Amino acid sequence: MEILEKSVLMDTGGTRVTKIVVRVPLVAPKAEPGQFVVVMVEESGERIPLTVVDTDKQKGTITLIFQELGFTTKLLGKLNTGDDIYAIAGPLGHAMEIKKYGKVILVGGGVGIAEIYPVARALKNVGNHVTTILGARAKNLLILEQELKSVSDELHVATDDGSYGKKGFTTDILKELLTNDSKPSAYSLIYAVGPIPMMAKVSLTSKPYGVKTLVSLNALMVDGTGMCGCCRVTVNKKVQFSCIDGPEFDGNLVNWEELQNRSKIYCKKEDHICRLEKT
Amino acid sequence: MKKVPIKPQDLDAQKRIVDFSEVVSRYTEKEALEEAARCIQCKNPVCIIGCPVGIDIKKFIAQIKDKDYKGAYLTIREKNDFPSMCGRVCPAEYQCRKKCVFTKKDLPFASENAINIHFLERFAGDYGMENNVNIPTQKNEKLSKFKVAVVGSGPAGLCCAGELARLGVKVVIFESLHKTGGVLAYGIPPFRLPGDVLNAEIDCLAKLGVEINTNVIIGKSKSLDELFSEGYSCVFLGLGAGTPSFLKLEGESLCNVYSANEFLTRVNLMKAYEFPRFHTPINIGKSIVVVGGGNTAMDAARVALRLQKINNIPPNVSVFYRRTEKEMPARRLEIEHAKEEGIKFRFLTQPVGFTGKEGCVEKIKCLQCKLGEPDASGRRRPIPIEGSEFESDCDIAVIAVGLGANRVLTSVTPNLKVDKWGDVTVDSETMETSIKNVYAGGDIVGGEGTVIEAMGMAKKAAAAIIKRLLS
Repeated sequence: MEILEKSVLMDTGGTRVTKIVVRVPLVAPKAEPGQFVVVMVEESGERIPLTVVDTDKQKGTITLIFQELGFTTKLLGKLNTGDDIYAIAGPLGHAMEIKKYGKVILVGGGVGIAEIYPVARALKNVGNHVTTILGARAKNLLILEQELKSVSDELHVATDDGSYGKKGFTTDILKELLTNDSKPSAYSLIYAVGPIPMMAKVSLTSKPYGVKTLVSLNALMVDGTGMCGCCRVTVNKKVQFSCIDGPEFDGNLVNWEELQNRSKIYCKKEDHICRLEKT
Repeated sequence: MKKVPIKPQDLDAQKRIVDFSEVVSRYTEKEALEEAARCIQCKNPVCIIGCPVGIDIKKFIAQIKDKDYKGAYLTIREKNDFPSMCGRVCPAEYQCRKKCVFTKKDLPFASENAINIHFLERFAGDYGMENNVNIPTQKNEKLSKFKVAVVGSGPAGLCCAGELARLGVKVVIFESLHKTGGVLAYGIPPFRLPGDVLNAEIDCLAKLGVEINTNVIIGKSKSLDELFSEGYSCVFLGLGAGTPSFLKLEGESLCNVYSANEFLTRVNLMKAYEFPRFHTPINIGKSIVVVGGGNTAMDAARVALRLQKINNIPPNVSVFYRRTEKEMPARRLEIEHAKEEGIKFRFLTQPVGFTGKEGCVEKIKCLQCKLGEPDASGRRRPIPIEGSEFESDCDIAVIAVGLGANRVLTSVTPNLKVDKWGDVTVDSETMETSIKNVYAGGDIVGGEGTVIEAMGMAKKAAAAIIKRLLS
């Protein structure tokens, strides 16, 4: 699976977000917004899920955008145009149901912005009124603003430090929108992807307004086909597998504390392998 | 005739738990000859009835006795393409050996005196593999124009592919993982089935012209309809029992509570025991509890013990099982090996929940049981004793209580009929599913079974596919 294009979307203060276009003829014609692939960088690598951000069905390529955060994403970031990725399988998970909802709000935080892009575009294409809220720690960490703008009717940005857009969090903007809205709300759907605390807070914020809130979870996975149960998450008190039952769930039914804990299972191991890499 | 059964040499228990080397040594030639000589060559060899693929056991043992090892290998290969594998993982004590005339009547599994058919099979299999014994093919010109797709490269898929390819059918296997072998690769640890043995037997298929495509998820990357439009005449589904069952107890989603599938996949397929050289991590603790009594539980426990040893943690692995040793579905040999290696067993123990600290499991809560009347499985039912609740340290738990059907393909193929468990429904004579020209076998049909049972179903399906292609 050859990398045909590579570009660094953002590289500042130790945070790097990279975009690659990879030839995966089996996945490209099939992948729909909201689906992911399992990637193995090399034969000795681990299997990680990455959202399919874009596809070129004719050329048989998919676009992946990832923050070089852990060992494997850093390793993937070291590959260049012309290099081969050992394995990519998919598309996995359910696709987002694309239909006319009416007024929708998309919330993207950090690299989650890349993941809401295909959904925003698809929702816009079928005639929804799309309001997008993007969040980043600071202006120079914001990605894909222009791309999202082009598929949104309204776009809001929040930065933690106030260096761009509104100072504060995506949820501050979300709350404002919902508060200023008619009652019952004119919005029929909120779709959020980002760090776990952000998705939890989005769900909490929207709950009193009764707007359906979908989140796309990024649980740890191994096979990605329902075989191992690593990605299990408790939704409405029932154990679900993110890979085959998700990755989308109703944000108000997710046990966020458990998900947050489970996402850190291998932190120590991760530190260890990353330290080794440096020495 | 020598009465005492010959046991192959096992690696010393204390020495073998420091790595993942194969535990059971192969028979030496002398041992094989002695064991083969114990076979009395019954006029009516009932052992063959006990073999799900009907290997001519009497004949291959006689050939070993006559030192015709090549002949023995070819005799087995007439019915089974994977003698080195099956000789290692078959639960022979419930199959051929149970039928052996040396097994006392009415025992739940073979007597120790029963001929060690599996060890002899492995001896012949390894001989054939190492001496590159060629398998005569019976290519049928009429079949060479047909293409058959096999979905899944576990025991059922591999077996079906071999049967068809041998007759000249063009076979393409689609595997969703990055490696071939299915449960043989992700489930069975290398100390029971070394990777090179598995790969050698898979290579035999490649020599027969079978093409293997990894990283293809049928149902996601391609649909069944697309396979037919690509020119495949028939499709065989060997999807496996890919969904781990959990106990549905409180605290089961705490960190470090693993399904056996995840635990074993991380270690066997992803090689977490070589972390960080291999990048997939696994956590290992001081008090490991494995819940269950089958082969998977034994594998998980023995893997866990090795991981402790490799990480310089004093070995402390316990198997909690709600019945007694006699009812354990695991192979007797695995139970014996586990005990030798220092695995502790707590029988009549039923978990009722887990408690943790900071999101990680810390204790397992259990009830003591007693045995009641036999249940539907014929085994005595465990009955929890009121007020017997106790706690035990547990910083890693592995849940090995069975598997359900893999639903990736069946959930997107509505006209493929499944039963209430999600298993694919088939015609028991032909293994054909509710979709014409789509056949199925292995765990996706019968629920969890053994490698050789899966192969038995695959052979039946292959025969029906051949019949269909020729009609």
